[in-house]
Amino acid sequence: MSVASADVTLTIESWRNDDLSIWQEKIIPAFEAQNPGIKVVFAPTAPAQYNSALNAKLEAGTAGDLITCRPFDGSLSLYKAGHLAEVGDLANMKNFGPVAKSGWSTDDGSATFCVPMASVIHGFIYNKDAFKEAGVSVPTTVDEFFATLEAIKKDGNYVPLSMGVADQWEAATMGYANIGVNYWKGEEGRQAVIAGKMKLTHPDWVAPYAQLAKWGPYMGDGYEAQSYPDSQNMFTLGRAAIYPAGSWEISGFNAQADFEMGAFKVPVQSAGDECYISDHVDIALGMNKATKNPEAVRTFLNWVGSAEFADLYANSLPGFFSLSNHNVSMTDPLAQEFVGWRGECNSSIRPYHQILSRGTPNLANEYWVTSANVIRGTMTPEEAAAHMQKGLASWYAPQQ
Amino acid sequence: MTQEQATSSRRPIRWHIGVFLAPAVLVYSTFMIFPLFGTLQLSLFTTSEQQTYFVGLDNFRTLFGDPRWSGAFWNALVNNLWFFVIHMLVQNPIGILLAAVLSNPKLRMRGFYRSAIFVPTIMSFVIVGFAWKLILSPLWGIAPDMLKAVGLKFLFAPYLGKEEYALTTLALISVWQYVGIPMMLIYAALLSIPQEVIEAGEVEGVTGFSAFWKIKLPLILPAIGIISILTFVGNFNAFDLVYAAQGALAGPNYATDILGTFLYRTFFGFQMQLGDPNMGSAVAMIMFLIILTGVCIYLFGIQMRMTRYQL
Repeated sequence: MSVASADVTLTIESWRNDDLSIWQEKIIPAFEAQNPGIKVVFAPTAPAQYNSALNAKLEAGTAGDLITCRPFDGSLSLYKAGHLAEVGDLANMKNFGPVAKSGWSTDDGSATFCVPMASVIHGFIYNKDAFKEAGVSVPTTVDEFFATLEAIKKDGNYVPLSMGVADQWEAATMGYANIGVNYWKGEEGRQAVIAGKMKLTHPDWVAPYAQLAKWGPYMGDGYEAQSYPDSQNMFTLGRAAIYPAGSWEISGFNAQADFEMGAFKVPVQSAGDECYISDHVDIALGMNKATKNPEAVRTFLNWVGSAEFADLYANSLPGFFSLSNHNVSMTDPLAQEFVGWRGECNSSIRPYHQILSRGTPNLANEYWVTSANVIRGTMTPEEAAAHMQKGLASWYAPQQ
Repeated sequence: MTQEQATSSRRPIRWHIGVFLAPAVLVYSTFMIFPLFGTLQLSLFTTSEQQTYFVGLDNFRTLFGDPRWSGAFWNALVNNLWFFVIHMLVQNPIGILLAAVLSNPKLRMRGFYRSAIFVPTIMSFVIVGFAWKLILSPLWGIAPDMLKAVGLKFLFAPYLGKEEYALTTLALISVWQYVGIPMMLIYAALLSIPQEVIEAGEVEGVTGFSAFWKIKLPLILPAIGIISILTFVGNFNAFDLVYAAQGALAGPNYATDILGTFLYRTFFGFQMQLGDPNMGSAVAMIMFLIILTGVCIYLFGIQMRMTRYQL
């Protein structure tokens, strides 16, 4: 504070232009109140242009001091190109576990270059009225899950499962990755595949497909041509009972649905099994290596790792959960339900994002196609798994 | 001999040809020829670790030799051929039929029909793709209800979501959009047939349908040839409708993947997949060669042998 005669102004680059008001009204004032002498400006770009605009600004030396980081290869390439500084030594980095840091660390985990901000959690959102009418309770095992679907189908007033396969990605993201973590035991299976110790044809990776193969009959007429917005509307209009979800749906659903919603986590194979959830790292904040005010930037980033920021951010944007180990209590009941699973289950990210989505064919996009095929019944679970393994082995040395 | 030389030496240099051609040649070279060679050049290199290496025809070897690449390529090519076949079998005959009907002077409100059928042609792909997606939606679409109203509900299926129907459905949507083009071209060709020819036919007793078959059709064959080649070039460059309706992954299970979407995914990447401009250029080159071959077959095989009637 000794030489801070003039205020320092920091600029944040971001793709989250939806969050502009939250940053301006809640987050930045809270920081500035505690750190006189540092002013912060949130300057977002449109999401689709963010990557190219940011790259151009970084090359030209006009980028902001703080850079919002996309997970994995997007940020890793910025770090490798020398645009992002290491931040792993910040005091508050101790508040983040290895999964939280994985999105913004080098492959070997030796360097971390962004402070994790938020993740999205997968599970199922359900219509409480529909459950009451069909006389079913929240399922905890896979068998109960299918019994619930069957009961709702028999009741006939609701489509049991609100999902389509026209856009294909839901089948992988809300289908395969959502239910799969329980089979391949989260990080254990994911790391084993990256290390080349486990193949995608292993029963743990085939079983989620086998479960998906049974979803089709519960998904309502013409689900083959049902798109993602169709599924959202179908659920919020009260025509479907269960929605395979990502937590980012929460604020949208809160605004649209006029019935009471609940959430349940991915059912386990047998009662009492250890549970896992897909808690996918999504957004982080890093430091532009070329910034003129590195100390002020570090002060801000350290604050991003604090409990206060975690609480502010998560409660301003229900569904985007803080990645820190702080115990954040959420005011939104649905969001609280989602985040509550962290205490009961082990977190893991989507399996095909780190390292495995680097080559061609791209594992993430391939999972979209095969998961949708399996639900439609045009591919057997075994065929799908074999296809994935063949694709991965074609470019990934540890799997050859 | 000497006389010829004398003639040519006396002939002035015709500067004006060069002057008048120059703007077109310049613009065309800058925006068409030069990028074409740029693409060819790009397809001979590969990029690894931010370094570019010359690899000769290796990208093409990967495209045809690597079973994953060649599988995707042949799938796209076969789909593209089917897309073209549907247009040839459905769009052009319907276009000719509509033109024949519209050119009948006894038909009332001809102008209205002509405009109504032509309007979709000037609409954006995005709107057409989105509108048809909605019409055919099993949840909110009007197609299921309309079929139900006439007792044909059993005919309805989620057409855009089934591998066996999706491509044909998209091709028919494209036909719906573009049937106005052949209609207009053939309509113009039909109008240009002199009345004397028709009347001469009538004197010989050739009227009605046989007049169309024996007199008009041979006279509009060159127009049909032009339409076919335009359809061919348009179809093999198609991309937007599939992208608007089914996304870059051309679902379900790549059933609607045509060369254009395959090129887009390869060149620019999609979602998690990073783009590969070098492989993309290789795909673009192959597309160029396919279209070039098709156009050459047409020009040398058909156009030059086509009989033209002096009217």
